[in-house]
Amino acid sequence: MRYDTIVVGASAGGMQALRIILSTLPADFPMAVIIVLHIQSTSDGFLIDYLNSICEITVKEADEKEKIMPGIVYIAPANYHLQIEEDRTFSLSIDEHVNFSRPSIDVLFETAADVYNEKLIGVVLTGGNRDGSSGLKRIEESGGFTIIQDPETAIADSMPQSAIAQCKTARIVRIEEIGPLLIALSESYKADFICKAVK
Amino acid sequence: MKKGENEKIEIELLLQAILLKYGYDFRTYAKSSLKRRIMRRLSLSGIKTISEMQHRVLNDVNFFETLLLDFSINVTQMFRDPFFYKALREDIVPALRNQPAIKVWHAGCATGEEVYSMAILLKEEGLYNKSRIYATDFNEKVLKISKEGIYPIDRIKDYTRNYIQSGGRSSFADYYRARYDFVKMDSSLRKNVVFADHNLVTDSVFGEMDLIVCRNVLIYFNRELQNRVFKLFFDSLSDEGFLCLGSKETVKYSDLSDDFKAIAKGQRIYRKENHQTSKARIRDKKTQVKDEV
Repeated sequence: MRYDTIVVGASAGGMQALRIILSTLPADFPMAVIIVLHIQSTSDGFLIDYLNSICEITVKEADEKEKIMPGIVYIAPANYHLQIEEDRTFSLSIDEHVNFSRPSIDVLFETAADVYNEKLIGVVLTGGNRDGSSGLKRIEESGGFTIIQDPETAIADSMPQSAIAQCKTARIVRIEEIGPLLIALSESYKADFICKAVK
Repeated sequence: MKKGENEKIEIELLLQAILLKYGYDFRTYAKSSLKRRIMRRLSLSGIKTISEMQHRVLNDVNFFETLLLDFSINVTQMFRDPFFYKALREDIVPALRNQPAIKVWHAGCATGEEVYSMAILLKEEGLYNKSRIYATDFNEKVLKISKEGIYPIDRIKDYTRNYIQSGGRSSFADYYRARYDFVKMDSSLRKNVVFADHNLVTDSVFGEMDLIVCRNVLIYFNRELQNRVFKLFFDSLSDEGFLCLGSKETVKYSDLSDDFKAIAKGQRIYRKENHQTSKARIRDKKTQVKDEV
């Protein structure tokens, strides 16, 4: 397979965007999906229960030192940065906020780019800030595949706009087409085709 | 890709240099957080590469001390995660009440906010006089702040809210005196606290403790070091002693997952499994297997 893992960042309006994308993924989706959604620091397990109730694919909170497995959607716990270690396990940190956020999308994306290099897909979704832009740029520089939600389909467009300004080769994709694109990218023969087509 | 590869080598060399020169071993820390801290110091100090930083560390003690402070984990609060303290009051205090003496170890106490929180809790539960709290950290600078118990006044609002949520029985203002922009914690809270230098990476067992509190420290360690520390805690605990971790830390993925039992719902509070109970459990398992066969 060409790609290993998908990292996703979302902020304002992210719940709805994630619902649209994740509900298209099959239970045997061959990649891990790792998500930072900016949420209240006091959030309980509601988000995960809700997503599980509408998705075929399994959704869970990322556990400290947990091994990352394909076919699972991992959500960053509230109030911790989520990072990926070389041995493809998660590590958490309570270091200071980055872009006024903890978890920060940039922190996840940058550590993921270091580990997965060109085998990584990065997705920046709706949001009212700039978190995720430099992380997505790092993924681009490491040879990964980058996707930005079409700002016209975003509830808050400053996060996608900021990412577009920084990432020159990112694909700008309407929200309802992101899930199908990820599925296509998960099938290697299609992935090569898509990559050639867009370059 | 090449850039990342070289960076990795440079970080290994930097950590090796710190170990050889100053005796602090960060090689088994989780690399992601460490790398972020190194990169942050790099950009703040105007140094261009990690190799250059290595040179600076070796030749400039003050710079090393700055980096050491970067590497220690200093994000803390009084009554951080108030519901943890609530669980402590409700689930652990009753078990400690009948003991003649209580020994508590705060491992990685940083600037001491959680040590004072524990002292307040034990005081309100009428247990403080028979308690001794050992507050340890590897960094002398933060340990000094712990000892002084002086904190910026602008945090008191948050701390007071945490204190109330944690089930505090008095008024938080009873425990400190405000002066200009700072508060000083009441000296009676320090009466039974011993502050000591202890490094979880290199130092050994620490007395026979009834309660070990080590919250949001282990997330910065790799698995190998976590295993070492869990073993250290196991050996430092009295039979059926308690271990309290941060809200996202777990013994689940460690070698000692069977040696601690989670006891409080929604909190990472564990009880050391008595050796005999463990043996009995293995026996039970074996009989069970036999039965199934």
